[in-house]
Amino acid sequence: MSTDLATEAARTAPQARTGVSRRTIGNVVLGIVLLTVPLWLPLVGGYTDLASRVLIYALAAMGLNLLLGFTGGLSFGHAAYFGLGAYGVGLMLKYETHSLFLALAAGTLLGGLAATLLGPIAVRRRGIYFSMITIAIGQMFYFIAIRWNTLTGGYDGLSGFARPKFAGPGHLLPMGPTGMYYLVLAAFAIAALLLWVVLNAPLGHAFVAIRENHKRLTFLGVSTQRYIAISFAISGFIAALAGGLNALLDGFASPNLLNYSMSGDFLIIAVLGGMRNFYGPLAGAVIFVLVRDYVSSVTDNWMSVIGLVFVISVIFFPMGVLGFFNRKSGS
Amino acid sequence: MTNQSALIDRRSVLKAGAAAGIAGLLATPEPTWAASEKPIKIGMVDPITSIFAALGHSEIKGAKFAEEEINKKGGIMSRPLQLIVEDSAGSPGTAIDKAKRLVAREKINFLMGTVNSAASLAVSQFANQHNMLFLCTGGHVDALTGTNCQWNTFRTCSTTWMLTAGDFETLFDKFGKSWYFITTDYAFGHAEQADYEKQLKHHGGTMAGSALAPVGTTDFSSYLIEVKAKKPKVLCLLLAGDDQVNCMKQIAQFGIDKEIAVAGALIELEQLQSLPENARYGWWTAEWYWKQPNTPHLDDFVKAYRAKYKGEYPSARSWFGYASTYAIKLAVERAKSLDTMKVVRGMEGLVLPPEVALQPNAPMYRAADHQLMLSMFPGHVVKGAKYPDLFDVSSIIPGEKLALSPAAAGCKMTYPS
Amino acid sequence: MGLLLLFNGFNGLIQGAFYALMALGLALILGLNNTINFAQGAFMALAAYFSFTLTPYVGFWGGLIIAPLLAGALGLAIETTLVRRLYNRKDPIYTLLLTFGLAFIMQDMIRTIWGAQGKPLAIPQFLNQPLSSTYFFLTGYRLFVVGVALAGTAALFAVLRFTRIGIRIRAGNSDLETISALGVNIYLLRSANFVIGIVFAGVAGILAAGQLGLNPNMGDALIMPAFVAIVVGGVGSLVGSLLGGLIIGLASGITTAFYPAASEVVIYIIMGVMLVVRPRGLMGQEGLFE
Repeated sequence: MSTDLATEAARTAPQARTGVSRRTIGNVVLGIVLLTVPLWLPLVGGYTDLASRVLIYALAAMGLNLLLGFTGGLSFGHAAYFGLGAYGVGLMLKYETHSLFLALAAGTLLGGLAATLLGPIAVRRRGIYFSMITIAIGQMFYFIAIRWNTLTGGYDGLSGFARPKFAGPGHLLPMGPTGMYYLVLAAFAIAALLLWVVLNAPLGHAFVAIRENHKRLTFLGVSTQRYIAISFAISGFIAALAGGLNALLDGFASPNLLNYSMSGDFLIIAVLGGMRNFYGPLAGAVIFVLVRDYVSSVTDNWMSVIGLVFVISVIFFPMGVLGFFNRKSGS
Repeated sequence: MTNQSALIDRRSVLKAGAAAGIAGLLATPEPTWAASEKPIKIGMVDPITSIFAALGHSEIKGAKFAEEEINKKGGIMSRPLQLIVEDSAGSPGTAIDKAKRLVAREKINFLMGTVNSAASLAVSQFANQHNMLFLCTGGHVDALTGTNCQWNTFRTCSTTWMLTAGDFETLFDKFGKSWYFITTDYAFGHAEQADYEKQLKHHGGTMAGSALAPVGTTDFSSYLIEVKAKKPKVLCLLLAGDDQVNCMKQIAQFGIDKEIAVAGALIELEQLQSLPENARYGWWTAEWYWKQPNTPHLDDFVKAYRAKYKGEYPSARSWFGYASTYAIKLAVERAKSLDTMKVVRGMEGLVLPPEVALQPNAPMYRAADHQLMLSMFPGHVVKGAKYPDLFDVSSIIPGEKLALSPAAAGCKMTYPS
Repeated sequence: MGLLLLFNGFNGLIQGAFYALMALGLALILGLNNTINFAQGAFMALAAYFSFTLTPYVGFWGGLIIAPLLAGALGLAIETTLVRRLYNRKDPIYTLLLTFGLAFIMQDMIRTIWGAQGKPLAIPQFLNQPLSSTYFFLTGYRLFVVGVALAGTAALFAVLRFTRIGIRIRAGNSDLETISALGVNIYLLRSANFVIGIVFAGVAGILAAGQLGLNPNMGDALIMPAFVAIVVGGVGSLVGSLLGGLIIGLASGITTAFYPAASEVVIYIIMGVMLVVRPRGLMGQEGLFE
């Protein structure tokens, strides 16, 4: 029985044993493409901040996807941790520090700890109930952010903080759009590497095994709740990091970042790109952010188009764009 | 002009169906007035969706009407004007995103828009970082031309102080000393209430109580129970957009408007339009009204506007969009340049000519705080009024009589060296 | 303070009946269709707009009957073309995201067809006034809404208890495979159930529009309390949904008397506590949807 699970886990988890060379080449190409974004993006009519936004959303969705795609937990409240990260960074920069890294670390810690503390409550249930608890927790934070005017700025959002300079060795570097992009890219690379390591460690195999057959593992005496809580916490930390970067990008934190509809955006990004693929959320974020950015400036009916993206991806691409192409090339 | 209308046609075609949105992906809006003339671009960030959408649509209609007129009359410094509208969805975060997009991708020359205060403050901060002129059309929060004033930011609509000062004395003398506030819980509401409280205190009135209602409140019954218990003389509603509509509807159902005078600062034609007849009441201030006897050029404007928009009457929001677009044109022509600092200097002290002002007084963008000294139109809603004649203006007060001095408003303008 | 508390409690119950009415349709669809219908709010708004358009021709009462049926017809079309395709996927994420996207489209369509400008939906004058000036919050209209909520629950209860289709829906809630094996056309059953759920949404939407401004975003604000009511009351139990609605209405009413700033947060706190302490809710079935 356990052998089955191991095989299943090995099949679905991203790992280095099969197709080493292909995967390495893929990663190198992806790395080059991402590293050179500020060079080629303006040529195709993009702008650097948009690329930063894509990576931030991809990062948040990749964090969420550890829980959603690899552990099988449908959280509809990850916007809360994303938003907490943003508010954490904003508050630190406004009141406490001018250090970019200190603020980012504080924001990540705030959102991550919230996920670590609240995860164990949510994981006591599974299925739709799990989703509902996560929405409830998320909406709680949303209303707190809206009503606690003196701290959060309420509905107006938190403003009055600026992106600090980057404290490099010996001197300060200004953080323009390009600097910001490379900061986001670095964070993305580190988080992706961390996720990769986790997924290829026994911990990651356990996550996938839980997704594939929760009941069986429970019968085998595995404390599935603990594993799901760990997955919840890691994914919360990554979402919070993304939220913190988002606050730096905007110089602003809005309560909308905490709202359930933001959680819906992260979910669709993961599903659209491919929940079972390591880079699925990145593909999803590229499509989602670009479509929204473009469509909302050519038609007033952009909401319909975004809605159609939801409908089409759910009906026709249940395994996401990457899953769809993988299957095609596989068959 | 043919291309202009072609652009609009494409819009309405797109609107025809949701699926058509996909077709939009394939087309790019390409304004071509005369191929040799590069257009002057104004980026407008305003809510097309969300609870502020009705107001946003009016501002956009006004601005587009002005764009068409200006281009018909030869553009700005014989270059065509192009208005690029983006949907802020009423959210400050989205508003910044869209402003960013307009600056980076569309290479706009000027920025204007935003219905709500929160988005206005956010965009003002953004524009300041990007050295761009921002003309706020419709966010009322005092701070924008007060404590948070920026050298690059101007405002067409009134401050909350002007809104509250417009009708305070009338209400106080007519209805009484004890007031209760139901206030929307964001910058706009906070500022309005603070302004009323200041005047109430000054005149020796009392606060019977107050409640902050979050944006998007649907059920006001529990707030109204509190109001009835406190028995104020004046129930002052300081809500925005649809919230005000919901509250007025419920007040009418509970019969409270028959016992307590209901009043407030700002009323919008759009709000009155979405209320059933029995819920149209109260004493308010409008910032502009389509019906003013003896104001030159007004009737022509209303007629042309109605011809363009299927008989719809212009609201104060339409006028904001209209006047703001013209103000940028006039400032550019005064500056004879598109350079931000020069246009800022051109807009300082700019007086709107009668055909743009469309009110008896001649409003000016005050140099010291960049606030337009537009007139206020206090008045009341006539019981059982029917669209479009929903509001009875009791007087038209010149803005400079009501506005705080720039020093009192807390504006210390500093310019980049 | 005592009287104020009493008033707020009483008022909260009325408001709670409102939530309950909105929750009923959502609960039905969550049960047999196994779908968290995020488009429920959009259906409410749509039916309210239908009734606004119909009122000049058929009056308020005619609109109250016809408009929900029209919304139900649209619901049927959506269920048979889209939702149905997803029943076989185990993961609830698909129906959830589908309806989330549909809500976007529907809201946008409403805005495109009727405009962003809110519409004045009037209710009959005899309902539109308080019954006594002391209990001013008791208007004929609000009592009518409470009546509809109670009658709706009772009618649904009777249908589920005593009619063939009702018994099948209940059986399907507990074991869909078995009743399918027994020869019940579960596709038909689920379609019928979905349509009933949407018709309920329609009635709730029109009644809500009597008190609120009718605008394209109307559904956004209404869906969450309904959703919370179901969870508190217990998934799978209609009486539970009614109770859940009343409880959160009451809690939010009483909170307003003491600490108005928390009047929204409180319902989510109740929901969170309930999910932790008694995850199946007040009257829900153990283990459903796990």
